[in-house]
Amino acid sequence: MVASRADTSNPARIPALGIRFAALLILSIVLMVMDHRQNHLQAVRQAIGAAVYPLQVVVDAPFRLWEWVREGTTKRNQLQLEVSRLQAERLLTNARLQRMTALEAENARLRALLEAREQVRDEVRVAEIMAVDANPYRHNIVIDVGELEGAYDGQAIVDAAGVIGQVIETGVATSQAMLISDPSHSLPVEVNRNGLRTIANGTGEIDRLDLPFVTNNADIRPGDLLVTSGLGGAFPAGYPVAVVETVTRVPQEPFADVTARPAASLDQVREVMLIWSAEAPPATETDPAESDDE
Amino acid sequence: MSSGIGGRLPVIITIILAIMLTVVPLPGWADPYRPDWVALTLIYWAMMMPRTWSVGSAWIVGIIVDVAQGTILGQHALALCFIVFATVRFHLLMRVFPMQQLTATVFALLALYQFILFWINGAAGIDVAPSSYWGPVISGTLFWPLVMAFLSGIRMRVQHGR
Repeated sequence: MVASRADTSNPARIPALGIRFAALLILSIVLMVMDHRQNHLQAVRQAIGAAVYPLQVVVDAPFRLWEWVREGTTKRNQLQLEVSRLQAERLLTNARLQRMTALEAENARLRALLEAREQVRDEVRVAEIMAVDANPYRHNIVIDVGELEGAYDGQAIVDAAGVIGQVIETGVATSQAMLISDPSHSLPVEVNRNGLRTIANGTGEIDRLDLPFVTNNADIRPGDLLVTSGLGGAFPAGYPVAVVETVTRVPQEPFADVTARPAASLDQVREVMLIWSAEAPPATETDPAESDDE
Repeated sequence: MSSGIGGRLPVIITIILAIMLTVVPLPGWADPYRPDWVALTLIYWAMMMPRTWSVGSAWIVGIIVDVAQGTILGQHALALCFIVFATVRFHLLMRVFPMQQLTATVFALLALYQFILFWINGAAGIDVAPSSYWGPVISGTLFWPLVMAFLSGIRMRVQHGR
């Protein structure tokens, strides 16, 4: 009571305000430089991130509850529809899988003939995107898998349809991931049809990627599927990334103007898969913006 | 000052609430107009209790926001420091302002806040459409009377309800 009265009625100046302000200003700038230029503050971030985690869980909880309630109250016929749809889908994928095993065996045989290293299967784990909004300036998501489960920087994230993005910052129980549509994200890809290698850049639009380094005479056309080439080291090869949408060739320009639409619907998924690639050792430090192969 | 944890707890809770509102997902159309809840809350407490809630607490809250959002560590801390410094500096003046004038001041503070964030983004080479900075300023100004009424209620209860 006494304190609050002094707080509201004493017109005296706040002591040392300017000095404290100046000190904090300098501290902020030092922090920013250290964080942005050298990435030294991973441990600090993780420590504070652990404190923020309960907040994220609380924010996420109502969405989870809603999902749970909705699942619990779906009507019987809806469930039956869902089941029959899934059964049909399973039949189809099973059929495809049969062919796949045959192809895999053939591939292994051919590889043995070529004396190429045999491809190792990647390990995956399902992660859920938390209903928490991340960085407003970037296309980031927060997932509920962190260092405890073995997530690492630069780890690839895919969904059933294609590549989503990569982990950029691991917390203890959550991680931040950058979507492939982020303007600072580049991804080495190749055209599935003919193996033409190039880079897909994010544009900041959720449904568009840019391929800035495709030469004018390159064999690429709308409808081509782009898959990861695995050359950057961060992503395992062979995951679908995007489908080429437009190819505009301007005769004077050295490069064609190519845009593509991500195969995964980046803004609609809720469950994603983290890939522990057996080919790329987790220790490699790859900057998402610096992976290139041109 | 020496009001202890009992007097601070309600304020801390409002700040935590503001941070949670900052990370709650909004539908796509509303996202650019998400008010800066943390900035609004800190402006209010800095204006009313400048001895307890000053630049130091603003800085700590800013760091937490930076971690929660994954922005550059220190970005929100610096921006919040600036506006809280201005608020504390002029808190006596702001308290006697009529509502319209106070709202106009809050508009200016929020604009300064966004400008600092914009400037840091620019320096760090993160490009964001400049128009996207105006949404939070406008919505924040519109929400200010509401935020102020809500926080005043809490302050009254803390100071006189004991």
